[in-house]
Amino acid sequence: MPRSRIDIPETIHYLSILDEHGVLDTELEPQIDDKTLIALYSAMLLGRRFDERMLDLQRQGRIGTFPPIKGQEAAQIGSIFQLKSTDWFVPAFRETAAEIWRGRSLESILLYYNGFNEGTIIPADQRDLPMAVPVGSQILHATGLGYAARYRGTDEIVMTYFGDGATSEGDFHEGLNCAAVYQAPVIFICQNNQWAISIPLKQQTHSATIAQKALAYGMPGIQVDGNDVLAVYTAAQEAAERARNGDGPTLIECVTYRVMMHTTADDPSRYRDDEEVERWRQKDPLTRFAVYLQNKGLLDQSREQEIETEVLAKIQTAVDSAEKQMKTLGEPLDMFNHLYAKMPPSLQCQKEEVRQYLANNTGEVHHG
Amino acid sequence: MSGAQSARKTSYREAVKEAIREALQKDERVFLMGEDVGHYGGCYAVSKGLLAEFGPERIRDTPLSEGGFVGAGIGAALGGLRPIVEVMTVNFSLLALDQILNNAATLLHMSGGQFNVPLVIRMATGAGKQLAAQHAHSLEGWYAHIPGIRVLSPATLEDARGMLWTALQDPDPVLIFENNTLYNMEGNLSETAGPVDIDTARIRRSGSDITLITYSASLYKCLDAATALAGEGIEVEVIDLRSLRPLDDATYLESISRTNRALIVDEGWRSGGISAEISARIMEQGFYDLDTPVERICTAEVPIPYARHMEEAALPRIDTIIDTVKRMVRHG
Ligand SMILES: Cc1ncc(C[n+]2csc(CCOP(=O)(O)OP(=O)(O)O)c2C)c(N)n1
Ligand SMILES: [Mg+2]
Repeated sequence: MPRSRIDIPETIHYLSILDEHGVLDTELEPQIDDKTLIALYSAMLLGRRFDERMLDLQRQGRIGTFPPIKGQEAAQIGSIFQLKSTDWFVPAFRETAAEIWRGRSLESILLYYNGFNEGTIIPADQRDLPMAVPVGSQILHATGLGYAARYRGTDEIVMTYFGDGATSEGDFHEGLNCAAVYQAPVIFICQNNQWAISIPLKQQTHSATIAQKALAYGMPGIQVDGNDVLAVYTAAQEAAERARNGDGPTLIECVTYRVMMHTTADDPSRYRDDEEVERWRQKDPLTRFAVYLQNKGLLDQSREQEIETEVLAKIQTAVDSAEKQMKTLGEPLDMFNHLYAKMPPSLQCQKEEVRQYLANNTGEVHHG
Repeated sequence: MSGAQSARKTSYREAVKEAIREALQKDERVFLMGEDVGHYGGCYAVSKGLLAEFGPERIRDTPLSEGGFVGAGIGAALGGLRPIVEVMTVNFSLLALDQILNNAATLLHMSGGQFNVPLVIRMATGAGKQLAAQHAHSLEGWYAHIPGIRVLSPATLEDARGMLWTALQDPDPVLIFENNTLYNMEGNLSETAGPVDIDTARIRRSGSDITLITYSASLYKCLDAATALAGEGIEVEVIDLRSLRPLDDATYLESISRTNRALIVDEGWRSGGISAEISARIMEQGFYDLDTPVERICTAEVPIPYARHMEEAALPRIDTIIDTVKRMVRHG
């Protein structure tokens, strides 16, 4: 019996267009119109500034625990820009910038992180799933949504996000495997931010890349500089075209970094060096993109300031409005409302018990 | 059933298959997915022949991946389809528990009321076929613990035929548990059999001395016991719960208000089981109707044994039902 070679047709590419110093590979530069470029920049900046403001609010005790996204704006915005409103967005929990781009209001996010049920409300017709906290579980929903889109004969596509840690879950395997078998139009975006709480990538997988895992499922995989919005945009565009043309799923590994803590309840200095963080800060996605836009003559100081002011004003309005809303929202009895389309009698009884308890104990509904 | 209606002989398995076929015919959005449901016809042969009739897009074989296809079923339901997901047995559904409990049952809540998950999951449950400790448990009562889903347990041909369509119309996730010992059960089914309600329990035999509360395959043990007891002058009322979540309290409480005695027969484990829940509800809502304490007959709290005599010993048995009823009626 011979020992022979089996050639696997695909290879894995690494894509970088705009490097950490702002140097551009002009041959690979995607054709993006000026308006879109500025929109990309503004969306990234809004993601960044809102994240910073939320951290302040959390430290002041004005919102609860949340997972900061700082440093991952390019990975999110470069990819989410490829979706139409008729496509599906299936997030994990660290995609705030992408969620905002899809239309989620800043108020909704603030209410959510203050524990208000109202913050979970997704507007009708919005094809966004709620954040998924059980790590990896959303990957399967994306596969099913993709299957449904194909079954119904539409050209809708699905984009789902997850971290490097999630790739160790069975759901990652099952989701990608099923999607490839069904040739479902799904784009799997792995935000490889090097850490899963305190577990570094090296302890998560022995593979050289996450992208190469795609080969095992028989789908294209690509690794991109996740802090390079042009590279992410290009890879996601290619994947979206394939998906819309009926050519199945793609795995995109965005190499990026979790600059902040896992969540505000975490202290990363216990398990990683400041040096490492500093090295990654040098690769900041916004700084290099600003340089690119300046070189193109799209962003001078006054335009930059203008966008900054707009973004900060938007955030301030949202914070004011959310804090005002919180004074009247948060009816405790609402917790019974969204379990069944029609509330069964036993649940009605339990709701009534809580209502009576509240009436007897506080005389009024406690908000917040 | 009235004798005037024309009836034909069929089996529980055929009744489930007809229900699936009808759903596939009536609604383009419906498809069946699961392990070996296609050419193989399902591990209990329920879907045999459906692949040829409906094609591979609608009778969808899946990879060996319970979490995967239950999760994909959730996604497909969110995407406008009406999936019927078949899981081989309740034991393997545990690999999909995260999808069922943390996802299907909570997405409506997590989306602020935006996303109902109109998903139906069918699976085989129960012991009695010597399938031993990893294929034969009765965990439907355990699933009934979970708010956000419905749990159905069809015991009769009518329910096997009729619950699926109603479940598919429900906007929320519905789990249907088919006891594996029932698939070969034969009987007459009306030609006009169709959708049935999935909210209420049914009195399957009327009696004035005691109420037996049961569901699924144990129904037949209770009915056999009732027949034997009638010969000794004890009139047993037998209630088939049909739905384990939500429970139809009103039907069994009304019965107990007439019989003043209640015995629960449940193939699940005793501690923390659905029998404990029903017993508690009777204490809460029907205590003053009782002449004697509520009792329970459940499966022994062991992994289901392989050997036939041991398996029989572990499960609720007709003789124990008869003895318990006699004791309760004489002393109550
Ligand atoms: C199934 C599951 N296991 C564990 C957790 C706890 N947990 C929350 S986030 C997280 C790390 C996730 O890492 P990664 O996928 O890389 O995403 P990142 O946090 O880096 O964005 C863990 C272990 C969880 N939420 N769900
Ligand atoms: Mg990570």
